[in-house]
Amino acid sequence: MAEATTQARTPTLADRIVAATPGDCRLEMCIQCGTCGGSCPSGANMEHTPRALFALINAGMEEQVLSSNTPWYCVSCYYCTVRCPQEIHITDLMYTIKRLSIQEGKYRKSTASDAPGFSQDFIFFVENFGRSFELGIAAAYNLRYHPLGLPKMAPMAFGMVRKNRMGFLPTRIKGIAGLKAILAKAKELEGQI
Amino acid sequence: MKYAYYPGCSVEKNAAAYHNSTMAISAPLGLELEEIEDWNCCGATEYFSINRLAAYSLVARNLALSEKQCGKIDLVAPCSACFLNLSKVDAHLQEDHSLAEKVNLSLAEAGLHYNSGSVKSRHLLEVIMDDIGLEAVKAHVTKPLQGLRIAPYYGCMIVRPGYLGKYDNTEYPMSLDRMMNAIGATVVDFPLKAACCGGHMTQLNQDIALDMIRILLQNAVDNQADVIVTLCPMCQLNLDAYQGDVNRHFKTKFHMPILYFTQMLGLAYGMDAKTLGIGKELVDARQALSKIGVEVPPEEPAVKKRPPKEALPMPKMPEEAQP
Repeated sequence: MAEATTQARTPTLADRIVAATPGDCRLEMCIQCGTCGGSCPSGANMEHTPRALFALINAGMEEQVLSSNTPWYCVSCYYCTVRCPQEIHITDLMYTIKRLSIQEGKYRKSTASDAPGFSQDFIFFVENFGRSFELGIAAAYNLRYHPLGLPKMAPMAFGMVRKNRMGFLPTRIKGIAGLKAILAKAKELEGQI
Repeated sequence: MKYAYYPGCSVEKNAAAYHNSTMAISAPLGLELEEIEDWNCCGATEYFSINRLAAYSLVARNLALSEKQCGKIDLVAPCSACFLNLSKVDAHLQEDHSLAEKVNLSLAEAGLHYNSGSVKSRHLLEVIMDDIGLEAVKAHVTKPLQGLRIAPYYGCMIVRPGYLGKYDNTEYPMSLDRMMNAIGATVVDFPLKAACCGGHMTQLNQDIALDMIRILLQNAVDNQADVIVTLCPMCQLNLDAYQGDVNRHFKTKFHMPILYFTQMLGLAYGMDAKTLGIGKELVDARQALSKIGVEVPPEEPAVKKRPPKEALPMPKMPEEAQP
């Protein structure tokens, strides 16, 4: 058998991000117009607007990209996605960058370093009960990261309890064993990608 | 018309008023909603940040359950985030065959399978506006909301990005405006009607979140709205439950009640406020609703549990150990 004459190049940061994003995310189509940053409700508080982040990705500046607070400050409003003249799936890309940042532990250097903790507390209840549990998530996350902010939350929490809008126990679905098996298999398969 | 129904975690407790009012108006509108048995959380905006395949499989379990229980009929979600996640996963599974294959390998662990594209996910507002139609919505009105000034608030995820095709305008939608108009309310111009409520930002960075909420409330006040009407439990929670925090933080005096569109439909159909879950909002809607002659039942006094007179004995030191 003839030997391959061409060698696959090492995947760049952009390649890895595109490969980890479902569907055709069109990252390479960015024309650096800045519509995304201008449309972003939390753009002013981001270290890099999406436009700047994409420039960093294309330049292969992995450290800066994965430790930026930008994806964590994304509120998933999808304004950038629908306004992008190149139809880049910007919000979906933010999710991918968050996943890579967690995988490589780079989020710790970010100014939003406690944000992944919120996601993790959220999914703890989903993985173990099958349903989200607001009180548990808020309590776990705030005790861990913002214990001094707890008194400030009291009036709101008290109001929710008074109006009987706060559940004190999580609901467990009947098929939790099945759900756990599905998620375990998914995590195993994700490792192969 | 019959639909599969995916309530979502929020309506179990914090947005119970949304679920109850949806159930109340479904009879006159001829909406038959069959709840999917043993549905699970959609992962909100969090699971996609942690693990891609697990997040897609989590949502796909609901789609598979819906297909198994109700066949290929449309799946209705009242929550915008649930609607978005269900349609996002379905769209990506149709687009990416290798992803669909892996999701089905995972689902097989619990004996489930989902054929991409077989269950179309839709938002409750869309179903009422497009399938039931404005004429039918109007036909049941017995108490038009004459004189009530409503700011219709869509938020993000029902209009953007439209994974399964766009619903309404992504920047300035009008469907909820038309619905509220049809039931007799005065719909005010609300330029920020599709702006973000802050989502999970209330947990991550409250300064940013409270400012996003303040801007929305201010916009409704500027247009002399009596009430903001919403279609998403997250939007309702942020604007309602955090309004007190906004007032403390910015030294403002907002008093803007936030109600669900299903509650407004119920009121126009002459249903009583309690059935519709009115009174569950933290920012009291009593004053606003008195404009249209709706009496909100007084709040039930909290029952204080007193210990019985014959209380259990206090633990005591054994006799011999006492000095």
